Amino acid sequence: MFKISSQPLKSNELALGLADASCGGYVSFEGWVRNHQDGRAVRGLEYEVYEPLALIEGEKVMAEALSRFDVVAVGAVHAQGQLAVGDLAVWVGAVAHHRAAAFDACRYCIDQIKVRLPIWKKEHYLDGHSGWVNCEQCVEHGHHHHGS
Amino acid sequence: MNLQVNYFALYREATGCATETLNTEVTTPEALFKECAERHPQLERFEASLVAINDAMVTWNTPLSEGDRVLFFPPVAGG
Repeated sequence: MFKISSQPLKSNELALGLADASCGGYVSFEGWVRNHQDGRAVRGLEYEVYEPLALIEGEKVMAEALSRFDVVAVGAVHAQGQLAVGDLAVWVGAVAHHRAAAFDACRYCIDQIKVRLPIWKKEHYLDGHSGWVNCEQCVEHGHHHHGS
Repeated sequence: MNLQVNYFALYREATGCATETLNTEVTTPEALFKECAERHPQLERFEASLVAINDAMVTWNTPLSEGDRVLFFPPVAGG
């Protein structure tokens, strides 16, 4: 199960969706909106999502986790739109008979979500500026991020 | 051939448009991006830029076909 949400994410409710009597381990990752980035104070951010392809790639990541690790179920939800500091931006959960597979699957899912899904983060700073994460830095650093 | 190009996030801001339709002789997303960047000097290719055709992720040397919808993605930043 992979979803994009324009509503605030509630991790407790999402965790209940994975409940399974055969599982002894539940591992989750929550990505929160942080109040700073590269030394700049952040007041909030917005996520732009190309939903048709994000849903396709997100489901692929979930399927990969289920086949690679001995988990019973995995799920993830990513927020889109405007978020404030402290808001939940992304949730990933994995349940398994034993904890090790749940840890591995959860880590795999968030790592893949970050690099594969067409989702962009624009940070708004307290100084009034704003910038696209992973893009503006490339420009500022003179394109040396190629190949990194 | 006739193609539709879609720009997202930084690329949409750099080009000032989300979508454009064009007629081109190029045969790959790699060459198409260069052609678009000639018309939109702010359009910059990064190592982590991604491309999709008709809602499927592809590599930069995938052959283009008549009527394709090409999506140019600046470096993603989910999570």
